[in-house]
Amino acid sequence: MASYPEKNVAITGVGMSEVSRGATKSPLELTVDAAMEAINDAGLKRADIDGIATWPGNRGDASGFSSVGTHDIQDALRLKLGWYAGGVEGPGQYAAVFNAVGAIAAGLCRNVLIFRTMYEATARKTSFANSLIKPGRQVGAPWFAPYWGYAAALNQALYFNKYAHESGIKPEQVAQIAINQRRNASLNPNAVYRTPITLDDYFNSPIIATPLRIYDCDVPCDGATAIILSRMDVAKDLKNPPVRIEAVGSSMQYRNSWAQLDALDTQAQPKVAEMMWSRTDLKPKDVDMAQLYDGFSFHTINWIENFGFCKRYEAGDFIEGGKRISLEGELPVNTGGGALSGGRLHAYGAVHEACTQLWGRAGDRQVKGDPKVVATSTAGGPLAGAMLLVRD
Amino acid sequence: MTPPSGDARSQNSGQATVPPPERALPYVDMDSKAFWTGGERGELLIYRCQECAYYVHPPVRFCPKCESRKVEPEAVSGKGYVTSFTVNHKKWVPGLPDRYVLALVSIAEQDDVRLVCNILNCDPESVTMGMPVKVLFEQHEDVWVPFFEPEAN
Repeated sequence: MASYPEKNVAITGVGMSEVSRGATKSPLELTVDAAMEAINDAGLKRADIDGIATWPGNRGDASGFSSVGTHDIQDALRLKLGWYAGGVEGPGQYAAVFNAVGAIAAGLCRNVLIFRTMYEATARKTSFANSLIKPGRQVGAPWFAPYWGYAAALNQALYFNKYAHESGIKPEQVAQIAINQRRNASLNPNAVYRTPITLDDYFNSPIIATPLRIYDCDVPCDGATAIILSRMDVAKDLKNPPVRIEAVGSSMQYRNSWAQLDALDTQAQPKVAEMMWSRTDLKPKDVDMAQLYDGFSFHTINWIENFGFCKRYEAGDFIEGGKRISLEGELPVNTGGGALSGGRLHAYGAVHEACTQLWGRAGDRQVKGDPKVVATSTAGGPLAGAMLLVRD
Repeated sequence: MTPPSGDARSQNSGQATVPPPERALPYVDMDSKAFWTGGERGELLIYRCQECAYYVHPPVRFCPKCESRKVEPEAVSGKGYVTSFTVNHKKWVPGLPDRYVLALVSIAEQDDVRLVCNILNCDPESVTMGMPVKVLFEQHEDVWVPFFEPEAN
C-alpha cells in the first residue's frame, strides 16, 4: 500500500462543550471549552498548536449554522500558527480534516486544532426565520429559490424518496435508525434526547416532508466539538494511543450540484467510499463500528450501503429489527446517539464518538471487544467525505 | 392582483386566511436570464449546444460534451416527467398550503436536465415517480417562474 499522507497523521485529543437545546454560553465560549478540552486531552499546551482548520468558517449570519471561524478562536486562545484555513467548499465537514492532512504533510504545522461550532438551538428560539433557507443561500440556490424549499429536510427528501422508491425500503426498517440511536443516546449522558422511542412513537410522529418524519431529522443544538490532529512522530509521544487516519475519501467524481447530481438515490457517496477503500488494505468486514453521517436517517442508510456493509438496496434488510446495528450487533452504528438524538454537531460529534470508543471511554455505551477500526462519513447530496480511523 | 393558476390557494381548499408566502426570487445573471424570463412568451428556454445538440443546464456557454462555445437558449417542449418529489407537511412559515410538492422534473428532451419545481394544480398526494408533467409559468416581478402540472390536466 502506497504511503498516503493521511497515514502519517493521527487524532491525539478530542473535546466537546456542553451540548444543549439552549446554551448558557456564547458560541465562542463553547468553542473555547471544546478546544481547551481537546488540547488538554492530547497532553498538549496552547503553544503546541500551530494550525487551525474548520468547516465552513464564520458565516457572519444569525442562523447559528456556523458563527465561529478560525480567526475567532485563534485570537481567543492567542495561538501562533504556521497554517490555518476555514471554508465551505470541499467534501463536506471533513474538508477541514483533509486540508489539515495536506498542511501537515507540507510541513506547515504539526498539531492542528479542528473545530465545528453549532448554535442553531438558540438561533431558532431567537428567530426561526433565521434558520430557513433564503434566496442566494445554501442548498442549490438560485435554482431552488422560488419553490418554498425552506429547509434541508425538504430539499434532501428528494433523494430519500427516490432511494425509498428504488430500493423498496420499508418505513419500519427506516425507523430502526432513529430507534437504535435513541437507545444509544439513553446511555450517553451528553446526548440531548435520552428517552428511548418505540416503533409506535416513530409512526405517531409528524411527517416533515415525505418520507421524512421528525425522528428522521437531526436535532438542532448548541455545542462545539474539537479534535487535535498531530503528525505521527509527535502523536507517538503523546498520552493517548494515536487514532490513525488510515484512509480518506475526498473525491468529487460527480456533478457538484444539489439538483443535477448524477445519482439521486446514492448521492455522492459511492465514489468517495471507493476512494477510501482504495487507500487501505482493510475491507468492510474489518470495521468494528461505524459513525455515519445522520443529518437525516436516510444518510446513514445510504452510507451503510455505499461503504459496502451490504449490497445496493439491501440496507433495509441489513437494519431490519435494529439488532445488527445495535451496540451488541455486528456493526454498531452511531453509538453515542448520533445527531438524531445526541444533537446536530455536524459530523464532528461522530468523530468525537469514534475516538471515545477507540480509547475505551464510552462508559455504559462502550462497544465490547476492544474496537480498533471505525468507518466514519459525512454529508449528503453532492457532498461526501469518508475516513477510516484505526487505533493499533 | 389575480391569484396565478398555481397559487397556494388553489391547493388549499379555500382554507387559507393568511396569504401564501412570497416566492423567493432568484438572482438572475447573463446565463440564467433566458431560463427565468422565457415564460413571458410561454417558452421554457434551455441552453443547447448548436454543434452537438446537447442541452446544458444550469446554463453556461460551454458544451461539456464537445467543448463548443456555440451554446444558445432554445425553447423546449415544456413537457417532462417527475424524477423525484416530496410532499411537504411542515408549516415552515405562515400561509403555506397544508401540503405541497417539491419535485425534480427531467425535461422530455434530455433526462439529465433536472428542474427544481413545485407540481401545481393537482392533489399533492396524487404525484408519482415518473408522472408526465407540463410547464406553466407565474410572473413574479421581472421573473417568470416555471412550475409544472400533470400533463393530463
